[in-house]
Amino acid sequence: MADLTTHFVGIKSPNPFWLASAPPTDKAYNVERAFKAGWGGVVWKTLGEEGPPVVNVNGPRYGAIWGADRRLLGLNNIELITDRALQQNLREIKEVKMKWPDRALVVSIMVPCEEESWKAILPLVEETGADGIELNFGCPHGMSERGMGSAVGQVPEYVEMVVRWCKQYTRMPVITKLTPNITDIRKPARAAKAGGTDAVSLINTINSITAVNLDTFAPEPSIDGKGTHGGYCGPAVKPIALSMVSEIARDPETFGLPISGIGGITTWRDAAEFMALGSGTVQVCTAAMTYGFKIVEEMATGLSNWMDEKGYAGVDDFVGRAVRNVTDWQYLNLNYVTKARIDQDLCIKCGRCHIACEDTSHQAIRKEKDGKRFFEVMDDECVGCNLCVNVCPVDDCITMVPVAPGLVDERTGRVVSADYANWTTHPNNPMAKAAEPAE
Amino acid sequence: MAGSAFKDGIAPGRLEPTQYAANFADLHPPLARHEALVEADRCYFCYDAPCMNACPTSIDIPMFIRQIATDNPMGAAETIFSQNILGGMCARVCPTETLCEEACVREEAEGKPVKIGQLQRYATDIAMEAGRQFFTRAEPTGKRIAVVGAGPAGLACAHRLAVKGHEVVVYDARPKAGGLNEYGIASYKTVDGFARAEVDYVTAIGGIAIELGQRLGESFSLDDLRARYDAVFLGIGLGGVNALKAEGEDAEGVRDAVDFIAELRQADDLSDVAVGRRVVVIGGGMTAIDAAVQAKLLGAEDLTICYRRGKQEMNASQFEQDLAASKGVTIRHWLSPRRVLTQGGKVVGLELEYMQLVDGRLTGLGHTMTIPCDQVFKAIGQTFEPRSAEGLALVGGRIETDGQGRTSREGIWAGGDCIVGGDDLTVTAVAQGRDAAESIHRFLAAAS
Repeated sequence: MADLTTHFVGIKSPNPFWLASAPPTDKAYNVERAFKAGWGGVVWKTLGEEGPPVVNVNGPRYGAIWGADRRLLGLNNIELITDRALQQNLREIKEVKMKWPDRALVVSIMVPCEEESWKAILPLVEETGADGIELNFGCPHGMSERGMGSAVGQVPEYVEMVVRWCKQYTRMPVITKLTPNITDIRKPARAAKAGGTDAVSLINTINSITAVNLDTFAPEPSIDGKGTHGGYCGPAVKPIALSMVSEIARDPETFGLPISGIGGITTWRDAAEFMALGSGTVQVCTAAMTYGFKIVEEMATGLSNWMDEKGYAGVDDFVGRAVRNVTDWQYLNLNYVTKARIDQDLCIKCGRCHIACEDTSHQAIRKEKDGKRFFEVMDDECVGCNLCVNVCPVDDCITMVPVAPGLVDERTGRVVSADYANWTTHPNNPMAKAAEPAE
Repeated sequence: MAGSAFKDGIAPGRLEPTQYAANFADLHPPLARHEALVEADRCYFCYDAPCMNACPTSIDIPMFIRQIATDNPMGAAETIFSQNILGGMCARVCPTETLCEEACVREEAEGKPVKIGQLQRYATDIAMEAGRQFFTRAEPTGKRIAVVGAGPAGLACAHRLAVKGHEVVVYDARPKAGGLNEYGIASYKTVDGFARAEVDYVTAIGGIAIELGQRLGESFSLDDLRARYDAVFLGIGLGGVNALKAEGEDAEGVRDAVDFIAELRQADDLSDVAVGRRVVVIGGGMTAIDAAVQAKLLGAEDLTICYRRGKQEMNASQFEQDLAASKGVTIRHWLSPRRVLTQGGKVVGLELEYMQLVDGRLTGLGHTMTIPCDQVFKAIGQTFEPRSAEGLALVGGRIETDGQGRTSREGIWAGGDCIVGGDDLTVTAVAQGRDAAESIHRFLAAAS
């Protein structure tokens, strides 16, 4: 059986599945339940500075969007950082860490963007015996209005400055949690690295309004008839998160910087994808909040079985393996030609491939043969776009099949070349230059 | 046990009084909103959907299911009613397992079609309970049309004509409107007086007068109607019942299944409906099943359906056959009735001959068997009574029409079971009535 142990910036955990800083990690009670269920680590819900506790709304904190059968696809929240007293949290953190020494316990922190504030809280956290800290530069709601959370994460100079303070005032590893509410995720990641961060974690939640109540004309979740944007997470954000993780993983300036991947991870497969793009650990919140802590069993066994199947003894055998395959559009091989193929034995004849192609794409799927309902790809029209694959309700019914070099692409009438050729060398590109390999 | 549970012969009150309501409760209880939303989510919104093509009235099924899924049941109801104003009844009585649900791609994908009939009922129930009317009448045309028969074909025709602005008078020989929906469908498929409520819903548009107790050929003739109205539509169904051609079929205790079903449907108190202790139903169609199951539910102890051909040839769908079996009805194949055995003029048994196909022809094997019974129901098909269709061309004993429902006489249309191609389905009758109305409208518009 594969070894799921992870060593992430010096923090060891029995598996890569951590609970993200969020409501599930706000108290010893929840965290201990999570550890009993098998989670490898937690990031304790964000602590603020000493003083009167944070106040939360007393109405709805969450909004959601759903897929078929009311499967929760996206969740947003307007909850703030912990609203419990700092000392109580610190006491519980210490107790839990002593009781569960083999699990990773990282503490999320958010205090005002002033050196004294950080200098004051770091020793208190260090005293608990926690394994590390995560800097919350991500929460997009509430605290950001007070100059914290994403208000810091959106200014690379602030990121670098605060990371530097933290590295100066604590021996604990520093994980910098990034907000996705920016245009280029590489900028704050580079700043965090420049400040000396040990790792970055991403993504935090995305600015969002999940719905508008059409009776009250208020955004959801609404508080007494008004609403505000919340932070969006869950399966719906996974593609955004994967892209941002990959950008940092392949950026020459941050290449090799440890990453804790976050964003809609729901199954072992999601986790493996984040890890393949360079995440040493993954953090989960929405899936746990939807189904409870037990899901970690599925994640751990699923990842382990997949690793066994692939012959990976440990997670390091595959973490980052997909990074080299993320490139710029301009380096994609334009001589690679695929055609959709419909497996007639699997086809249930719903016709969605046809209408998607006919109405919105390339008119490349015919709908009948010999007067009967029959869906078939016309190679002379198919551009290989994959839309039909994506709208087909049956797994593996439609697949994209490469046209072997030497054969003619019926659409273009040209023989498919075995040579790699991208946009940078394409004759239609006015900026074309001599061929060079992909980065 | 009630007093007459073990009484031989034909007797009412075989059950405890409280048991009737349970036995005749809704076969498919309506979907609650949650169930409807979960089921609606299963629809793939197919292109040129096979379910829609399988529906004789071509209801845009993917659209109405999408409307249900998006919490727009009124929109769904409008989608349904625009094609089929009797969509509420069809949702209850259509053999969906051989129509839309058989065609559903999820049937092919996983053997579990979307419950289209149940979803249709969900939407139509909401609209009908709210009394929501989706159609308004066009400006009055001054044209008057007689519709004979207030069954599915006649009602569908009348409604569409009313929408077009015509005045319609619907005649029916029975004391209530609704035709087979009121008199001929198993009671557990249409509970709580739904057939009656549907007639009210259909006629609420206005411009439709219903004249009951008026029989074609007695109260008026076709010529009368043709003279008094701008057009005539006949939706008169099948008045006759096929004979068993078995010796002794006039004995007391031999009865037409359709009469039994009608009596049951009209009974104020089901414990008044008499049924045999041991009953044999002859036939292989829906009427046979409806009669057998209901007789069993009334407390008959032994219930056997005998069909002269094999299981594959039965007109009753697999679902109906399974339903009968689940209620304790025995279905026997390859048996044809030869002789009704009587004692003192009353049925005591039925002698049947074993049958088989010889060179593709149904052939008696010369061997017989006897089933002891005190009641026999004939459900071997109904026949058109041509005397009511004076002067109309018939084919195979039914009225001949063209693709628009036009008979051989100008100004007279027909639809439903009485025409060639009528297939004993409510939904087909609705389609034919509706399409005949469109044809009548075109005819009247061209004439004026």
